[in-house]
Amino acid sequence: MAILSTPRSAVQLASKGRPLREHLFRIALLASLAVAIAFLAMLIIYVVEEGWPRLDSTLWENQPSIRRPETAGIQSGIFGTLWIIGLTALMALPTGILAAIYLEEYADKTKWYNRLIELNISNLAAVPSIVYGILGLGMIARWMAFGFTVMTGAITVSLLVLPIVIISAREAIRAVPPSIREGSLALGATQWQTIYRQVLPASIPGIATGSILALSRAIGEAAPFLMLGAATLVRFNPEGVWSTFTVLPLQIYSFIARPQEEFAVLAAAAIVVLLAILLLMNSVAIWLRNRYQKRW
Amino acid sequence: MSAQHRTAAPRTSGSLARSRPRYGEFAVKAVLLLAALVSVVTTVGIVVALLEPTIEFFSEVSFGEFFGSTTWGPLFNPPAFGVWPIIVATTEITLIAIVVAVPLGLAAAIYLSEYATPRVRKVLKPVLEVLAGVPTVVFGFFALTFVTPLLQDVFPFLGLDGKNALSAGLLVGVMIIPIVASLSEDSMAAVPNGLREGSYALGASKMITSVRVVVPAAFSGIVAAIILAISRAAGETMIVAIAGGFKSVFTLNPADEMATMAAFIAQAGSGDASVGSTAYKTIFAVGSLLFIMTFAMNYLSARMVQKYREVYD
Repeated sequence: MAILSTPRSAVQLASKGRPLREHLFRIALLASLAVAIAFLAMLIIYVVEEGWPRLDSTLWENQPSIRRPETAGIQSGIFGTLWIIGLTALMALPTGILAAIYLEEYADKTKWYNRLIELNISNLAAVPSIVYGILGLGMIARWMAFGFTVMTGAITVSLLVLPIVIISAREAIRAVPPSIREGSLALGATQWQTIYRQVLPASIPGIATGSILALSRAIGEAAPFLMLGAATLVRFNPEGVWSTFTVLPLQIYSFIARPQEEFAVLAAAAIVVLLAILLLMNSVAIWLRNRYQKRW
Repeated sequence: MSAQHRTAAPRTSGSLARSRPRYGEFAVKAVLLLAALVSVVTTVGIVVALLEPTIEFFSEVSFGEFFGSTTWGPLFNPPAFGVWPIIVATTEITLIAIVVAVPLGLAAAIYLSEYATPRVRKVLKPVLEVLAGVPTVVFGFFALTFVTPLLQDVFPFLGLDGKNALSAGLLVGVMIIPIVASLSEDSMAAVPNGLREGSYALGASKMITSVRVVVPAAFSGIVAAIILAISRAAGETMIVAIAGGFKSVFTLNPADEMATMAAFIAQAGSGDASVGSTAYKTIFAVGSLLFIMTFAMNYLSARMVQKYREVYD
């Protein structure tokens, strides 16, 4: 977009006389991008090829097994991940969106506590996920005595993705032009009526995109669960929020840690399932953004 | 006419504001503030969870031993608590990652911001987002079962171990490319067109404009992106746990197996240390160190943007 406003002839004129260096530079830039993309392609081809022998229905119908790696499945991991993601969506999304509304619509930026909240959120977004694991272990599992349960895992991951939800929801809300708010207020609506009936509906596509990306981060996370005692080969699906559990990424980690070749194949097959879920979520998010996001 | 007259009549209170407070609006604001405070509670929770066991740890192991010796093995018998080997390993893997990610990420950002047409960008940006969304456990698997054997075949003279810092660092680098690229691109896109046009008008080529005008103008944002990427690399756990290993020897050779701080936390936290033991408290001491390091870097990154940002318009 930046280039479009510069007259083309001016650019051509400017690069006259040294075309070779210009071309090389451009090729070098493209090559760097190509490296990243080729890497992604190589990774996907490699895991599909490795996991191919195990990509059948036994993969999700069977439970993991140490003794029979050739027929072991990942059902407990899939169900554990679904439980965690469901609960995370219930906890992190409402909290994050409400916090974003507060920061964008109500907070007085000159007050020290509002600035503290903002600074705090941007810091939390960059705290390593393993540190959230320590938070889950020390505060939720032990101090609150929730133990190593689905609930502990879900709360930990909710806190982990909360800053991401807040930051993306704020951006979506900020993109709604002030004229819409002013129009609503001028017609006699209260501030909350304005937010609920005008600002939120207008920013839903952006909020949804950010929420999906945040949840896909939660699906791929393994490090915090490592601290929550979920590393063992759990052989049953969670029965409720107080049940022990494992998640797909952690199951993959425990397969990789085993020496037998069959477990490497199983890990690759499980990675294909995980990547398929994430690619699907990413595509939905990108589609939503391209389809519904307006520019005012 | 008469209706208009009534609304225009002055209120007895003399103010246009509503005299009866709206309790509903107050309640809404209170709920929203509460939601925002969850993030503050999280930070307090992290600090409390880290602090208490860390203090207990330092009552059992002296500060001098922790920072003064170079043998690390809290899970061994007899245990050793010299933290330098895991700090060195963390630094080395982060350094390898930065060497990979900064040139590639910056080049990608320059291409996307200065060269790509809107259509090309619309295709390429989602690809970078997908790369950013790949779980780190997948990168770890790829490093261990594909990159390490490949490097062993192509460069046998390196003498790579099955688990080594080199392939772990390379993959951490790939993981942080999207962070460097997308944040740098944002700050390059914010450079006003007038600067580019001025540069062209003086006869500069596109390459010169990109390198000597746009990049310097976006410099604070680029540095902030790199610092953020460093902090992500330093805290990365799964890649280094899988491909870097858990052995902590005081070494600089990237061909060796070496445990980073995060890898140690993962190893000890996943059941290798019994609750209440000194080894268990070590998790929290190392966690505090990691938290302080990343916190300092994030703060630095935020200050860079705030202090050195070129303000246009």
